[in-house]
Amino acid sequence: MHIPDGFLTTEVALACAVPAVVAVGIGLRKANVDLDERRVPLLGVTAAFVFAAQMLNFPVAGGTSGHFMGAALAAVLLGPWLACLVLAVVLGVQAFVFADGGITALGANIFNMGVIGALVVGGIMHFARTVAPKALLAISAAGAWLAVMAGAALTAVELAISGTVPLGTVLPAMLGTHALIAAGEAVITVAAVSAVLSTRPDLVGRRPALAGAH
Amino acid sequence: MRLFTILALAVAIGLATAASPFASASPDGLERVAEDKAFIDTGRLAPIQEESPVPDYAFPGITDERFATAVAGFTGTLIVFALGFGVAAAARRTA
Repeated sequence: MHIPDGFLTTEVALACAVPAVVAVGIGLRKANVDLDERRVPLLGVTAAFVFAAQMLNFPVAGGTSGHFMGAALAAVLLGPWLACLVLAVVLGVQAFVFADGGITALGANIFNMGVIGALVVGGIMHFARTVAPKALLAISAAGAWLAVMAGAALTAVELAISGTVPLGTVLPAMLGTHALIAAGEAVITVAAVSAVLSTRPDLVGRRPALAGAH
Repeated sequence: MRLFTILALAVAIGLATAASPFASASPDGLERVAEDKAFIDTGRLAPIQEESPVPDYAFPGITDERFATAVAGFTGTLIVFALGFGVAAAARRTA
């Protein structure tokens, strides 16, 4: 779902970069204020896993593939704001090293594949008020599906505002194609959260606060 | 934490190296929609991306496509781990 340069107008790309920069800024502040030392490697490893899993395109219907995005997984493991930071690292390396996703579109890609999904999952976790393993797996599944669908919808809206394609055309197409991709996201997220729960349950036993600043 | 980090990193590197050459090469969801709705050609590389170090996940100088992808996956995962770790560690130290 990486938007290359040219799909969005400069105005739309810049407008999307604003929430991306704000979210990453809050993530950096979170890392400064309440990331304890032993969780620092977890951030690196989550980013590495998200990058690796994003390379593994899986086939969905009709000659189309989908890939893992990872915002939901990162949000379950690290909370929504550090998840934004993780996705910014992944998407930044993809854009600058691998030419995957545009440079002016980087903010939009962080917004669509990182921020929105992380906030959806962070919101669900905040209101669920539980970190029981069963609840976490349900949140992971539903959150992952919703995160991808929200990102697909946002992408469609940005393309439409840019005048690239009418909303009535692109929105149903994006949601239709991504319904299955989002199901794949849910499967991978649940598998990864289960693996962490069975090896290091303490890593996911914290209910992250939605509040950004202290 | 150290054991978990090493294990999880090994899983990530293993997936990026061993599984990525066999990933689906079909267009992804957005590319499919862009092709179907005929706006794929509006996409372009940014000037800085014309000389991208590892364009399209194929490590340069390797003729075997699958091996080039595997090396790109291996390299990328390490870069992302180092950057993620580094950014988090640096942010922690900045008061």
